[in-house]
Amino acid sequence: MFKQKHFLALGAVTLVALLLLSLPQRVTSRLKLAMGSLFLPLTSLTTTAQQLPADVANDVLPRRELLQEISRLQQENQELKVQALQNASMAMENEQLRYQLRWQRQAPWKIKLANVVMRDPANWWRTVEIDLGSENGLTNNLPVLTADGLIGRISAVWPTHSQVVLIGDPNCRVSAQVDNPAHDIGVVNAAGTLDNTLADLTYLSGTAILKPGQAVITSGLGGVFPKGIPIGQIVDSRPVEFGLYTQARVKLGANLGTLEQVWVLFR
Amino acid sequence: MSKQNLTLIFAAAFLTVFGESTLSGLRGWLGAQVDLLPALMVYTALYASITTVGLLAVFGGMFFDSLSANPLGISILPLFLVGFIIYLQRDLILRDLSFAQIILGAAASALVPLLKVLLLLTAGTPLLLGWGSLWQWIVLTVGGAVATPIIFALFQWFDHAFGYQLRSESSFRPDREIRRKR
Repeated sequence: MFKQKHFLALGAVTLVALLLLSLPQRVTSRLKLAMGSLFLPLTSLTTTAQQLPADVANDVLPRRELLQEISRLQQENQELKVQALQNASMAMENEQLRYQLRWQRQAPWKIKLANVVMRDPANWWRTVEIDLGSENGLTNNLPVLTADGLIGRISAVWPTHSQVVLIGDPNCRVSAQVDNPAHDIGVVNAAGTLDNTLADLTYLSGTAILKPGQAVITSGLGGVFPKGIPIGQIVDSRPVEFGLYTQARVKLGANLGTLEQVWVLFR
Repeated sequence: MSKQNLTLIFAAAFLTVFGESTLSGLRGWLGAQVDLLPALMVYTALYASITTVGLLAVFGGMFFDSLSANPLGISILPLFLVGFIIYLQRDLILRDLSFAQIILGAAASALVPLLKVLLLLTAGTPLLLGWGSLWQWIVLTVGGAVATPIIFALFQWFDHAFGYQLRSESSFRPDREIRRKR
């Protein structure tokens, strides 16, 4: 049953696998980039194919509908301009107060729009790939969010694309703060394997008083995520470790299952 | 096995991995992404040489790991081990029976993720595991079982459509022809 040829094949494949697993991180990253680059033509093709129906729909959109849309957007633009003016005066006031109190100035956020091009094929990770890379100025650990809230951080960067590890993956823990009178601080962790709309907020104080619907935002501790990015809302809570800590379930603001476009945050 | 089918196996592995990372319909519906590489390995182990089995394990595994957060190379050994076992027993397997294909597909699709997770846990990598993983494992197993006969049928159709067919032997032999003379 066992021929020399079989032994050779078994040995060769085992050797290749062990060699790849023992390579340094830098070499592995380059190899992953090389293998991943093979998929780039297909990725472009898929993006074009997905865009085609939208382009066709745009071409046949009636003029009346377009004019209505322009009118609505112009109105929204005016409202936002007024709001921006109000915010600018508030920001100035904030800066003056910070200066008087000798507090550190907050750097403004810069954001870049990215498209989600792939998802992790393995079921035990929660990562996605986006179409921005080091050529666009991305580095590791930059926060990634949508208009609905935080979704994760950059975990690997290649020249043209990057990997984002999402909230709920064991490699993405976020220091978070509950919007309650005590401003309780905990760590957002993975909640379950199937439901990606929920996460666990752990290591909250044993005396924390939490109510469903309270907002959860980033605490700014840890140095990766700036303070104040919305994460989600408290669903329920329970004491753990004989009342030493409180653990809460958080309904994430962003829907991680239907991500298409995300914002990468620069400081 | 024809050269066309060999080319098709590697093209299928490439497209399978790409499809798994771009099409998330099943993932959204069932909560798990079905992996078709084990089903492809079953076909390869039953019809191709041990070299092809090894090459599919190496390239298929590397394709998968390059689009995943897995350490590069972790998927090679589980894929090869499944292919190797089937290859050694292939003379005893009734490979043309759909029932055999389904059972082999289910076994391979159940074993490959299990071995991958074991390898990752052995390496000390923290994974997203829980009771839901059991459901995902069932989805993977059933998905692989359903996909295997389809893959077999597709490859056989491809081989039939693009490969040279054997000329059927005729019972007529000119040297045994009885020539009648007046």
